[in-house]
Amino acid sequence: MPSLNSWAYLFLKGSTSSMQATNLLILLLGFGVLAFYLGRGRSLAIAAPLGGIRKLHSLPSYYGMHAALWCALPSLFLLGLWLMFDESVINSLVIGSVAADIAPIDTATYNLLLNKVANLADGILPRKGQTESILAASDHMQSLRVISSWSLTALLLALSTAGLFWGWSKTASDFRARPAVEKVMQNLLLACACLAIFTTLGIVLSVLFESIQFFRSVPIYDFVFGLEWSPQTAIREDQVGSSGSFGAVPLFVGTLLVSAVAMVVAVPVGLMSAIYLAEYASKNVRNYAKPALEVLAGIPTVVYGFFAALTVAPFLRDLGSSFGLTVSSESALAAGGVMGIMIIPFISSLADDVITAVPQSMRDGSLAMGATKSETVRRVVIPAALPGIVGGIMLAVSRAIGETMIVVMAAGMAAKLTANPLESVTTVTVQIVTLLTGDQEFDSPKTLAAFALGLMLFTVTLLLNIFALHIVKKYREQYE
Amino acid sequence: MSPTDTTKPAKVAKKSPALKTSAAALNKAAAPNKAAAPKKTAASKKPKAAAAKKPRVMAAPKMSSSQSLDVDDHKVTVGKSFSDNAKMTMRNINVFYGDKQAIYDVNIDIAKNEVIAMIGPSGCGKSTFLRTLNRMNDTVEGCRVEGEICMDGEDLYAPKLDVVELRARVGMVFQKPNPFPKSIYENVAYGPKIHGLADTRVDLDEIVENSLRKASLWEEVKERLHQPGTGLSGGQQQRLCIARAIAVSPEVILMDEPCSALDPIATAKIEELIEELSQNFTIAIVTHSMQQAARVSHRTAYFHLGKLIEVNPTEQVFTMPEHQLTEAYITGRFG
Amino acid sequence: MSKPVDHLNKIKHSLRRRNRAEARFRWYGRVAVFIGLAAVAVLFGDIISKGHGAFQATYINLSVAYNQDLIGVDNLTDPDELAMGNWQALPKAALRAQFPEVSGRSDKRKLSGLLSSGAGYDLKDRLLANPLLLGETESIWLLADDDIDTYYKSWLAGDAYAARLTDKQIIWIEQLHQQGQIRLQLNTNLFTRGDSREPEQAGIRGAVMGSLLTLVLTLMLSFPIGVSAAIYLEEFAPKNRWTDFIEVNINNLAAVPSIIFGLLGLAIFINFFHVPRSVPIVGGLVLTLMTLPTIIITSRAAIKSVPPSIRQAALGMGASKYQTVLHHVLPLALPGMLTGAIIGMAQALGETAPLLMIGMVAFIVDIPGSFTDPATVLPVQIFLWADSPERAFIEKTSAAIMVLLTFLIIMNTSAVWLRKRLERRW
Repeated sequence: MPSLNSWAYLFLKGSTSSMQATNLLILLLGFGVLAFYLGRGRSLAIAAPLGGIRKLHSLPSYYGMHAALWCALPSLFLLGLWLMFDESVINSLVIGSVAADIAPIDTATYNLLLNKVANLADGILPRKGQTESILAASDHMQSLRVISSWSLTALLLALSTAGLFWGWSKTASDFRARPAVEKVMQNLLLACACLAIFTTLGIVLSVLFESIQFFRSVPIYDFVFGLEWSPQTAIREDQVGSSGSFGAVPLFVGTLLVSAVAMVVAVPVGLMSAIYLAEYASKNVRNYAKPALEVLAGIPTVVYGFFAALTVAPFLRDLGSSFGLTVSSESALAAGGVMGIMIIPFISSLADDVITAVPQSMRDGSLAMGATKSETVRRVVIPAALPGIVGGIMLAVSRAIGETMIVVMAAGMAAKLTANPLESVTTVTVQIVTLLTGDQEFDSPKTLAAFALGLMLFTVTLLLNIFALHIVKKYREQYE
Repeated sequence: MSPTDTTKPAKVAKKSPALKTSAAALNKAAAPNKAAAPKKTAASKKPKAAAAKKPRVMAAPKMSSSQSLDVDDHKVTVGKSFSDNAKMTMRNINVFYGDKQAIYDVNIDIAKNEVIAMIGPSGCGKSTFLRTLNRMNDTVEGCRVEGEICMDGEDLYAPKLDVVELRARVGMVFQKPNPFPKSIYENVAYGPKIHGLADTRVDLDEIVENSLRKASLWEEVKERLHQPGTGLSGGQQQRLCIARAIAVSPEVILMDEPCSALDPIATAKIEELIEELSQNFTIAIVTHSMQQAARVSHRTAYFHLGKLIEVNPTEQVFTMPEHQLTEAYITGRFG
Repeated sequence: MSKPVDHLNKIKHSLRRRNRAEARFRWYGRVAVFIGLAAVAVLFGDIISKGHGAFQATYINLSVAYNQDLIGVDNLTDPDELAMGNWQALPKAALRAQFPEVSGRSDKRKLSGLLSSGAGYDLKDRLLANPLLLGETESIWLLADDDIDTYYKSWLAGDAYAARLTDKQIIWIEQLHQQGQIRLQLNTNLFTRGDSREPEQAGIRGAVMGSLLTLVLTLMLSFPIGVSAAIYLEEFAPKNRWTDFIEVNINNLAAVPSIIFGLLGLAIFINFFHVPRSVPIVGGLVLTLMTLPTIIITSRAAIKSVPPSIRQAALGMGASKYQTVLHHVLPLALPGMLTGAIIGMAQALGETAPLLMIGMVAFIVDIPGSFTDPATVLPVQIFLWADSPERAFIEKTSAAIMVLLTFLIIMNTSAVWLRKRLERRW
């Protein structure tokens, strides 16, 4: 694995290979268009002596599509695979065949060597002053790359020509081209739908894989129940797992504290405004106030972060000091409060959905008993809508827990175990960002810790989401 | 705002042209009459005067040739709209949904302890009319009521009147059983609780039991008072709603097609119940079933496209209707 | 059971209390709506009041002598020699000519601190564009340093903020002001330049281009894939456990914190497939995965809203299922799908956290021109500037936020407009 801080090399490499890929892609598309016209032409030619295209099983364009699909799809597939794996294959070939004097002993030296060889091959490093074996390796890499790119081009051309010919030759009056094309199309559609599953799988695997690596050096018990979080002390390899420095409890507490502050702001305001707009406000007020509130949902979180860090936090600090309170300039109150503002429209629109889903007959029943509007809302509508509201609040909590930019910008870095919202706390997401945005070796415990935190975050939010979505779905079904 | 309420005016509007054209052929002769007919004079605001003018025809009526099947020609309710022993009096009631008029100039009395049925084709405004009696129309946006509705001489639409109190006195049972998603006990106890009618738990228990007994539901549910009311059968749910309504001892109970969602057996039970209740309560019931009106009510009012066409003792309405439209309806020519 | 009259008294008795409770409840609602609306107003007001100044920059008028000896360049066509030239000497000399009385090293340094460190390069560009200027003298407006800019703007507003400026510098500024040699001018740098460490030279062009490239890629990938997935799930998928599972997956992905997508991008694209960091390709891929659920969900809703009668009509004519979808359902559902796509793109445009994970936080001066150039995006630029200690960056950050919000407002209103304009009610 190459080190991440050497992205300059990767970038250059990426630009050349992507250029090649783009050219090949354009070439393939051209071939596809050609195949379409050839296939269609042939079907027309076949149909003409038989008495027009009515004698064909399918419309001529389907024969064209059939040929085009055969021409382009296998080649595209090959191109994708090739681009994914050619670099790793070349790297392992080069490193596997280097002279014994520079052969790597562990991952660190492996990465170092690979960088050096690759930089030489790209011409970023001057060849002057390098050892023979390194130069040989870089020449080897260069030649392999050339071979790879030429063989890719040749293979693609051969494959697409073969596909074109096959699709073209299948064209016959009784060939069922439309079902064939539709079958392929449907499978493509299915593949697109399955992407959601692959994404989830990708998230789970990537986060889990790195976390397992992390838990090899830091016991999972220490991570989940440890009370001290100071990843900075473990920069060097020999300090890995030095007791307690990866205890995530302060982060969990900090996250919960900020989320709790957010909920204290968002739930009453969001719920009451939803109730007011759904039950009391006139049509006019609703038509203007609802979109205006939703504006809050469209504002990027980075803007909220800026607002929290530069406006709300100083304001709260000054306000606190005028009352003789010490409010940290990175207080959980500022971050949580602004996060609450962000979540208001989320809760109010979800609550609005479930409140309006409560059948009018419930309200009529209560009002006809002589209940006032607020009694109806509090004693009938809200209890009836409760599952939906709880589901909505849970979704909001999951959102607050996973919110990143506001806390990165407005909450602190230091992991403090406190329940005082006036103090500075740090959160899981803040730590993920700080651990991963520096120039880090990918497999240092510091970066791996970020993935372990990511695993925690993903698990908790996933459970909340599944549960909340289930409740909301059940609730909707009840009144449908 | 309930969807049914808001769609009603639209239905009225949609229906009328079709009816007009079908009736037009029958009424060529009535055309001059139509042209001359003023749209109910604004001068007749005084209810007393209107009532005095009204001839009280007691004898068996004869279809007069001036009556027509075109509702636009209809100006004055025929039959016995008024009562000497009135619990509620309504004078010149007009109801609008936004720009659309749903009720035109209705004058009627509801007598003490009577069961009055309101019938008519769907969209004729009978439900709308019923809902004006306890101001449930207030909850519909854009709904406006003109005219005078009094209960025991007290104007229901007076600005200082509190609808909360009114609705406690005029209870309502709806078309579809709508028990709250609470236990059976909580459903019945809801009204007494919000109105503060019971001082102790024992009082409350007593009110709940009495109400359930009066609604003849007690025997069926006494073992499971704390199970959700939504778990009952449709007929039981509707009787639960009746029990809920009578738990606050209203003086009048409005019933908006209370059996339309029920099977015949459940319907029979409710009808039986209505008869029992009529000893203690004044009941106004809207129904789409003429048989039901015939079975349960003392008087029947026939509505057509927002107008009150005829009010007469039930027996008479179903045997010798005074108005052609009523006759057309009960003989099934439309509806 | 007590008498009805008794009941009525009790009800009457409770009315006052209940009506007060009713009024209170109504007020809670009003206050809640007010808080929400006030938050919108305060947020926008705060950003605009902080950022409007950034659209103007302070310029100082000086007469510059393009003195070949000062620059030390013989041949204006030789790029190597041009790079070696002492371009900073030109503005320095011009300042000394303006304030001949200034002496002493420290004062001289303070004097040249009036102008932006980029002023010399601006003059270089000007000279290269018009080589005839060499040896001539011209009067020209040069960009002032960010501290001067901050001071001059606050001074004009009547609330002078001196910060790191010395008294002498303040006197110089006042002299220039009296002679009409300092003024505010439209800040074109903000829109034409990339990032810079110097606030007065920093612009959002690079970030806007980066956002554009990333969004184009996101749209190109997520719209076709999202629509295809929606078509499959709505029109072709059998109702079984597998499709249920896909559906649950999509709904959950829509609620997964965005930073998790960043971790995914880091682990899969960068660490496994070795795609370079900081480039719009990775950004686009990650944002594609992130916006896909939104687009799938809205597209499905759009397809669902096409009445089944249309499908039955087409199938009844003998069209295949595929033809029915392609010829009838898709065109009718397109407005809804486009609305969803715009909303998804707006979401992607404002997203920051996952892009931090994949290295789009690098300090990048050059304006990206292709999908493989290292780039940053507008929200990340905002994050970077908000983190910068220079006070002048607060103004820049707010201005960048205003630009970002403008884009978002345009996108969201066009989505609303599109929905109102093109959506059919069945």
